[in-house]
Amino acid sequence: MPRLALKSLPGLSLGALLAVSVLSSAQAQNANQSATDEIAKYRQMLADGNPAELWEMRGQELWQKKLGPNQQSLEQCDLGKGPGVTKGAYAELPRYFKDTNKVMDLEQRLMHCRMSLQGLTREQAVKTPFGSAGNPSDIEALVSFLTAESRGIKLAISTKHPAEKQAYEIGKKIFYYRAGSHDFSCASCHSVEGQRIRMQDLPNLNNKANAQAAYSTWPAYRVSQGEVRTMQHRLNDCFRQQRFPAPDYASDSITALTMFLAKSADGAVMNAPALKR
Amino acid sequence: MKNLRVHHASVLLAAIFSTAVVAAEPDYAKAALEMMKADFKSKGPATMERMVQQDEAQAQCSANPQGLKPKQAKKLEQAQLAAVKYPADAQYMGDWKNGEKIAQNGRGMQSSDAVGSVNGGNCYACHQMSKAEISFGNIGPSLYQYGKLRGSSPEIVKYTWGKLYNAQAYNACSKMPRFGHNGVLTEEQLKDVMALLLDVESPVNK
Repeated sequence: MPRLALKSLPGLSLGALLAVSVLSSAQAQNANQSATDEIAKYRQMLADGNPAELWEMRGQELWQKKLGPNQQSLEQCDLGKGPGVTKGAYAELPRYFKDTNKVMDLEQRLMHCRMSLQGLTREQAVKTPFGSAGNPSDIEALVSFLTAESRGIKLAISTKHPAEKQAYEIGKKIFYYRAGSHDFSCASCHSVEGQRIRMQDLPNLNNKANAQAAYSTWPAYRVSQGEVRTMQHRLNDCFRQQRFPAPDYASDSITALTMFLAKSADGAVMNAPALKR
Repeated sequence: MKNLRVHHASVLLAAIFSTAVVAAEPDYAKAALEMMKADFKSKGPATMERMVQQDEAQAQCSANPQGLKPKQAKKLEQAQLAAVKYPADAQYMGDWKNGEKIAQNGRGMQSSDAVGSVNGGNCYACHQMSKAEISFGNIGPSLYQYGKLRGSSPEIVKYTWGKLYNAQAYNACSKMPRFGHNGVLTEEQLKDVMALLLDVESPVNK
């Protein structure tokens, strides 16, 4: 059960505080290091209370609540470890599911359960994948709850099933696929050690330790956005900056790429939802 | 005897056939492309056409993420260099002040940008340029004092234009966008960036 330790720390004003302190310290000689340090300080400050806990709690309520035309909860949803097993399920996703005969990531599976158990239409099940002020996302809340259920558990990603192997290999091809007006691929920014865009550090996803640190900390509460953002949201924004067209929500391409990233981070101890800039 | 020979031949054939089947890796690149075609949608200036139809450089660099072989790289560089368009009026230098704005601007060609909006060059995303701008990336080398260190001989001017126009003319599979070749920056804008790099008054050379 997530703790609520945020009584007097509204995220917004803390975000503003952080922005100010980053700006002023940016004037110092070693600006690039300072920005990273400030985030680390902020993380420490909130060590016992990440705003993401509010999303986790709401997600748990949504998981247990009878909803949809069938008035069913999601408690019988099979995330791969059997109906109703949430503990550690995320740490083994994406994976092959026999009932749908395909590899699914958490959000595809969640969509499947909301349709098959609760009777939602596809349109209803993919509504508001990303929240904004005044328009919260049920999906982000559910994903927060379910990833938190794997906190402290090691990623154990299988590529044994031919469909899993196929998803991994396709994801790898997508990672290296250069195209568009700027010739970018994911690898353009994420395949060399110690690189930055402006002052933003970029993880080298070909380096196991980097890949693990990155993957195990999504979803995350984004201080700059005041929202919990999922891996899918991160990938969407990468594709936007890559000058690629927009990927469909919960599409197989996203699952394949997620499979490649998850496998690259295999063995990492999950620590999400985390806290990020 | 005859039967045996036939049998022998068919075993041999079967062996060849099965080796071929085992050796053939599925074409994951093709599968990835088909998947992306189905899953992505054009949005704003970021079109499906530009994602799906790779040119020679994009195709070769995607297929060889660890880099091209020297011969293949040379060939690609020659083809890219041959496609560089130099200014018809032989005027290479614009206004460094506009160049600085272009270097700071990270917008353009993203799915979130308006169609037909002015594109930036976003040089600072990857390069150190001037002393004053401390928020710079390091994917590319520092360009601080670019002109001061190199001068502005006709050779340097022509090389710099070529590099901005098409970085892969000199470095196959460079991560730098081909700003002229891909129509990201106009000839006017490229001239302004040239001035930012080479003009003695530019903050890059202070």
